[in-house]
Amino acid sequence: MAQLRFRNLTLGYERHPAVHHLDGEVETGALVAIVGPNGAGKSTLFKGIVGALKPLAGAIERDGLDPRDIAYLPQVAEIDRSFPINAYDVVAMGLWRAKGAFGGIGGKDHQAIEAAIAAVGLTGFEQRPIGTLSGGQMQRLLFARLLLQDARVIVLDEPFTAIDAKTAADLLELVRKWHGERRTVLAALHDIDLVRANFPQALLLAREPVAWGATREVLTADNLAKARRMCEAFDEYAEACVVAAE
Amino acid sequence: MFYAVFIAPFADFEFMRRALVGSLALALGAPPVGVFLMLRRMSLIGDAMAHAILPGAAIGFLLAGLSLFAMAGGGLIAGFLIALGAGLIARATQLKEDASLAAFFLVALALGVTIVSVKGSNVDLMHFLFGSVLAVDDPTLLLIVGISSLSLVILALIWRPLVLECVDPGFLRSVSRAGGPAHIAFLALVVLNLVGGFQALGTLLAVGVMILPAVISRFWARDITAMIGVAVASAAICGYAGLLVSFHANLPSGPTIILAAGALYAVSVVVGPVGGLLWLAWPRRHLEA
Repeated sequence: MAQLRFRNLTLGYERHPAVHHLDGEVETGALVAIVGPNGAGKSTLFKGIVGALKPLAGAIERDGLDPRDIAYLPQVAEIDRSFPINAYDVVAMGLWRAKGAFGGIGGKDHQAIEAAIAAVGLTGFEQRPIGTLSGGQMQRLLFARLLLQDARVIVLDEPFTAIDAKTAADLLELVRKWHGERRTVLAALHDIDLVRANFPQALLLAREPVAWGATREVLTADNLAKARRMCEAFDEYAEACVVAAE
Repeated sequence: MFYAVFIAPFADFEFMRRALVGSLALALGAPPVGVFLMLRRMSLIGDAMAHAILPGAAIGFLLAGLSLFAMAGGGLIAGFLIALGAGLIARATQLKEDASLAAFFLVALALGVTIVSVKGSNVDLMHFLFGSVLAVDDPTLLLIVGISSLSLVILALIWRPLVLECVDPGFLRSVSRAGGPAHIAFLALVVLNLVGGFQALGTLLAVGVMILPAVISRFWARDITAMIGVAVASAAICGYAGLLVSFHANLPSGPTIILAAGALYAVSVVVGPVGGLLWLAWPRRHLEA
């Protein structure tokens, strides 16, 4: 069963495609790494999946899932770290889909929040203002919020960039756990060795899809070199694309 | 002695009692809104919006004289139009929202002063610009109290999306569509409270009772809830102290209230436990961990 299906999908900005003619399916419960050079369209694809960006052409089918039921960790979260709010309340936001603007947070919810904070190793940091957390601790906090969101599809945009090895290993453990729970996980990553070791499937993207399938067949030296060549700068004066729409 | 200085002015004079009630009501409604303005780095936008309500109130004055209803209604309409207009222009063009607001409010201020001057006297103009907190009558008092109450209720209703919209707007967008409506409701609160403050403090000082307490609170609390408590308390103290000083020293009361807030701000900058200058100048020994 396909959780996500891309049909001749083109996503972009001001008519310039950033993801061009992508076709394919993500199976329910799949663990997929999205790999590609900077500017390859990884973040754009994620924005499309969570409904933040409307396709220029083609479509994304989500198997009946509302885009807002997909948990999304953006690359650079727009978090205002100077805002006077503590770690506990940030994690509690993960309950939004269940609680909305008015729902009360009861005893069970407090246990769930504590459990999520414990799962990312931040017990004891609950009352800390978020401005006092380190980069790695902040990423752990965002993973705790993802845990609470309890989503069937989880999209992670470069989750392990700029954090230390121990934190990355701990968070990767959570990703493996999600995979074990048959959740669908997509992650944009740059560390090829990490992808080879942990992700069964990979999509190599360079605006156009270069290869998609089992990781060891996708991440060959030939494909990686091809991706680098294809990822040329965008052309302000490009002609209108003539590939026939379906 | 204590009674004569601190209580007698309010016990003996009805206009002082009204002014005190008005100031306390303003102190409940406006500072929480100001705290959010400050945290969203919109302090100056509050200032701009305060100027923006002037031409609306002035047109109300032109049509109906010094009628509370016409002036408050005109101010509300103008405030909403400017808030929406500046937002739309910022979204549709290259101009940032603060720049487009700056353009709007300069024009609005000039237009308002012109309209008031056409029909009224310099006394009227002073009333528009700086208010007359000692002259609030019953309907005005009811308006101010009503606005403060409404403002607190709306703030409670939009609290969660509003906080989330400040901390992590991207996340809010990804789970809910409440962000946009919460933002608009918040702008409406800004306009509402400015119209309330306008009655007592005039268009130039109304924003003072909103922003100064908020800025003061930043030096005393690390948590949004505590900050709002500090802001409300300091606004109430400044309202009381300002009226008292203006009574004894025979100073104009609106500006004195804002000056009291200014004094409290100066004290907070120096001794405030959260980042006050005193702690920078004489740092205590660092901790073990």
